[in-house]
Amino acid sequence: MKRSWLDRQGSLAGVLVLPAALLVAAVLAYPIVRAVAMSLTGLVLSDPSSGTWVGLANYLRAFRDPEFRMALTRTLYFALATVPVETVLGLLIALLLNQRFPLRNVVRGLVLLPWALPYVVNGTMWKWIYDANYGVLNALLVQTGLAKDYQIWLGQPTTAFLAVVAANVWKETPVAVILLHAALQTIPSQLYEAAMVDGATVWRRFTAITLPMLRPVIAVTLAIKTVWAIKEFDLVYIMTRGGPANATNLLTYYTYLTTFKFLRFGYGSALAILLGIVAFVVAVIYVRTLGSQEVEA
Amino acid sequence: MRRHVAQAGVLLAVAGLCAWILAPFAWLVISSVSTRIELTSVPLRWVPERPHFENYVWILTGGPGATSVHRSLQRSAVNSLTVAGGATIVSLVAGAMASYAFARLRFRGRDLALGGLLMTQLLPAVVIIVPMYAAVRALHLLDTQLALALADVAFILPLTTWVLTGYFVNIPRELEDAARVDGCTRAGALARVVLPLATPGIAATGIFAFIIAWNEFFSAFILSSTLRSKTMSVVIAEFSSKLGVDYAAMATAGVLTSLPPVILAIAFQRYIVQGLTAGAVKG
Repeated sequence: MKRSWLDRQGSLAGVLVLPAALLVAAVLAYPIVRAVAMSLTGLVLSDPSSGTWVGLANYLRAFRDPEFRMALTRTLYFALATVPVETVLGLLIALLLNQRFPLRNVVRGLVLLPWALPYVVNGTMWKWIYDANYGVLNALLVQTGLAKDYQIWLGQPTTAFLAVVAANVWKETPVAVILLHAALQTIPSQLYEAAMVDGATVWRRFTAITLPMLRPVIAVTLAIKTVWAIKEFDLVYIMTRGGPANATNLLTYYTYLTTFKFLRFGYGSALAILLGIVAFVVAVIYVRTLGSQEVEA
Repeated sequence: MRRHVAQAGVLLAVAGLCAWILAPFAWLVISSVSTRIELTSVPLRWVPERPHFENYVWILTGGPGATSVHRSLQRSAVNSLTVAGGATIVSLVAGAMASYAFARLRFRGRDLALGGLLMTQLLPAVVIIVPMYAAVRALHLLDTQLALALADVAFILPLTTWVLTGYFVNIPRELEDAARVDGCTRAGALARVVLPLATPGIAATGIFAFIIAWNEFFSAFILSSTLRSKTMSVVIAEFSSKLGVDYAAMATAGVLTSLPPVILAIAFQRYIVQGLTAGAVKG
């Protein structure tokens, strides 16, 4: 039987992969290469004479830029305030959803609501809840007697930061729930049965079976969540625009301002690439130290 | 007795969970059917005297009373649908073709490419947006639905390819082998045997991809400045600063923008969970 050219594995693979490869090259690979090239120039969009090669000057400048360092520190705080909370809360909810109770499937579906909500709607919704004059949070606190006066939640550095953290926790916890819940269901029930025969307590079963079995997934969850915290832009843009007094000016927002407000494309590209490197390093560290390199949940 | 106490504890925790998830969104829905006066009264009236659906009517069908705000929302809904739909179809077709090759065929660079797909999910969008903006501007594609859809493809295509590879791996190879013994070519076996079997997986991945594309904000925000291409997310983001006074209209826009992804996610729960666990992605 004569085989056509297309019937060889290599050629068929080539034909099938080609459209995806071309698209990825155009919308992903090319921009990345261009971003690196741009980061080595002093390009400022509003200044046509700019754009000369400056080598690593933009990167060196970033380390001396006090605002960048502040944004880096703030992003670190933001990650520390959101990621552990979302992961622990996610684990608790996943364990809860594993119990028997009426309407369990409905509740499991409900957990997807914050995930499915558009980021912008989430930001607008919380901004409205926190509103200083008409916000439902103020109304709730005052009407129940928990607070005396209406507070300007988004107008004070500390409360604004915490308000963004709380909005992020509400939106992002479901993903941790889903990853951990899926992993919980893959733990063989025989392990628990054997432990019960041996008289192990609930706590002991949790620490000796559940936690070790979940370790790789917890590592992936922490890694993804940290990368997302580093990427956070939408909430900051909608709720606070980085304010007040830069209290919520996180890395991605600072990079956005540098690039699109001050039009420093060269320096902005360098900041964006540093951001990418930070995200990548964090993800690798988590997965290397905590789990196997299994990426599937 | 102890079992009853434990069961009561579980129910209490579930009730707390539901309240935490539903309360913020419920307030958005209540706000959308309240009047401006009810929303801005202190002390707050929690429930409107009667529900007002005017804002919904104005956004969905226009008519007398509709302001430019309502009309721009209506226009942006069409943009959102076109951009998210286009990005989904492109990512699904190109992704399904590539993922079959990844799942079944041996070729050079396969493992490297698969690893690279996952790495893209670590990449902050802000890295590629600057060159993308420059390229889109040079090609005179700013403010086009095409540019926005292509920007979505950058992150959604790797995701669909990754998720679909998982689906294709799970289709028994024997079925294909049987078809080939019967005289089918590889491409023929793919079209007649594998594709029909993979259809549910492809549909599920499409829903997942559509939700992510629909919710995308950052690149749409950077690449569009007029209503020719602004998506609902972009228009709402503007309102939240510009028209911060018409809370009811803003809440209505928020509810309407949320409905497609929320309904799809809850209706196709099982598939969304599969997509999330395979891709573990935000978008």
